[in-house]
Amino acid sequence: MFKLPGNLKVLSLILIVLGAIGIAYGFMTTPSNTEEVKEIVAAQQAKSNELRLNEDQKIDELHQSGFAEKSRQYSDEVDFTKDQSKLDKALHQLKARPWAATFIGAFFFFMIALGALVFQAIQHVSEAGWSPLLFRVMEAIHKYVLPGSIIVAIIVLLVGTYFYPWMNPDLVAQDEVLQGKSVYLNKPGFIVRLVIYLLIWNVYRHFMTKNSLAQSDMTDYTYTKKNYNISVVFLILFGLSESTMVWDWFMSMQPHWYSAMYAWYLFASLFVCGITVIAITTIYLKRKGHLDFINDSHIHDLAKYIFAFSIFWTYLWFSQFMLIWYANIPEEASYFVLRLQNYKLSFLLPLILNFVFPILILMSSDFKRIPWFTEFVGIVLLIGHYMSLYNMVVPSTVGLYGSFGIPEIAGLIFFLGLFILIVGTALGKVPLKPEGSPYMKESENFEY
Amino acid sequence: MSKVIHAFYTDDDLVLEAVKEARSANYKVREVFCPFPVHGLDKAMGLKPTRLAITSFLYGLAGLAFAIWMTNYMMIVDWPQNIGGKPSFSWWQNMPSFVVVMFELTVFFAGHFMVITFYLRSRIWPFKKAENPDPRTTDDHFLMEVELEGDHDTEEITKFLSSTGAVEINILNE
Repeated sequence: MFKLPGNLKVLSLILIVLGAIGIAYGFMTTPSNTEEVKEIVAAQQAKSNELRLNEDQKIDELHQSGFAEKSRQYSDEVDFTKDQSKLDKALHQLKARPWAATFIGAFFFFMIALGALVFQAIQHVSEAGWSPLLFRVMEAIHKYVLPGSIIVAIIVLLVGTYFYPWMNPDLVAQDEVLQGKSVYLNKPGFIVRLVIYLLIWNVYRHFMTKNSLAQSDMTDYTYTKKNYNISVVFLILFGLSESTMVWDWFMSMQPHWYSAMYAWYLFASLFVCGITVIAITTIYLKRKGHLDFINDSHIHDLAKYIFAFSIFWTYLWFSQFMLIWYANIPEEASYFVLRLQNYKLSFLLPLILNFVFPILILMSSDFKRIPWFTEFVGIVLLIGHYMSLYNMVVPSTVGLYGSFGIPEIAGLIFFLGLFILIVGTALGKVPLKPEGSPYMKESENFEY
Repeated sequence: MSKVIHAFYTDDDLVLEAVKEARSANYKVREVFCPFPVHGLDKAMGLKPTRLAITSFLYGLAGLAFAIWMTNYMMIVDWPQNIGGKPSFSWWQNMPSFVVVMFELTVFFAGHFMVITFYLRSRIWPFKKAENPDPRTTDDHFLMEVELEGDHDTEEITKFLSSTGAVEINILNE
């Protein structure tokens, strides 16, 4: 039986404590009034002024002197700090920052668990022969669905207008587009849907895990058949609930903007991360000697999934970007303009980490069989998908004031600690070798 | 004069086992003819790993390079057009419009040239006479071709092959 090693347990507890302190620090250091916002904006402007002076010098060297000053005249006339409504907006966005930082961390680890859950549901429905040996690992990972989904739900319920401008009745009153959308985007509907999502995911997870464990003591295949049936229903419900979840929790952060690709785009992230963590956990346990029945071909298959769905993610990333870039309709392009101008790094780097990197490294079939290679690519992928999630949330909520500092790191490590603790404990609860599945023999002898 | 033995099997698992047994009994398995690909047969026969994948990768790179050159020449250098106000003066800034072309040509080159390489490497071309010794190997039979060098007791090998599950054994002089 596996037992979470003491040092990992201590590490996860340290991460949780440090993370909690950091999150609290993030909430306490937000500016409380517009006076403080003025200082922050002034500091920011001083920095950008310095940059501008350098730039002006270069322009002046190219053209006659004084050219840059003249061209800047108009922009100097607009003084940001004199406009009260703009200051209020800046204060609101700065206050949203610790919320966004916590939400990204919470959702990131929750989506890993949800990805593992969907992956196992697909194994049940496709009656896959290679994977039953990995079921206990998957079940331990999606154990985190319950705490993770509750934490995420609490955050989106408490956060209110910091994330979702359409929850502000004053804004909706003067906005015709939002009035039109209020049939869907309203508070009661939001809460009802949230409860439904949580029910679908957690109820399925509970019964599927129960059946999967019960199969071990059986001589017939009743529970495998049951799992097949409930998994079919779950996959349909998951497809629907995941789409609307992304509209509710992510797309409505910029309620004027919409993209038909958005739900799939997040699904691709969710699925890749789930499979990656399954692979990393499997390799870790195998190295510790707990999964001797897993062979190279199983790892190879997981790596193939990582490779395939990385390309799928890129396909959605690009399809979404290109259509909007080409059509160039202001209400659609606003999403990318904001990110391309102010969030270049988190917008473009995931493309390298999540696409160029895995496609070059995981293409060779020999490399997929080297465990540390798969692990290394997996960790890089997780960083890339965290960035892509950051890029979905922060520009929409924090606007121009987003950065990566203590609140963001704290949000990440707090939930990392919680994830390690819950998954590690769950791995130690049951024997890691599943029994009784009709495909067990095929899985044991699996060879690609 | 060397002899060749054709042993027929009716099951893919049987022929896979027979190949392993024959090789461990030091018989020389020259070729196996199957109606469909059998997993693990290449390893059982001790064939060298294929280098076709590497050629495919290189063809893909060539396709990508060709697509970049082609889009640049057509859309930027030779005949720039104003399409939806997109930057037609710079390949790099207009790159998102060309990604689909780049992707398609990469796949096209990698796929087609890999197949052509496979044809050349396996020496097959249109109207070539089939090399498989028995038409039943295209339907429901598997054929293992064992080469005998020097003096072998044909009785003994026939017995051995029958024990591996062969349904028909033909001994031919070459």
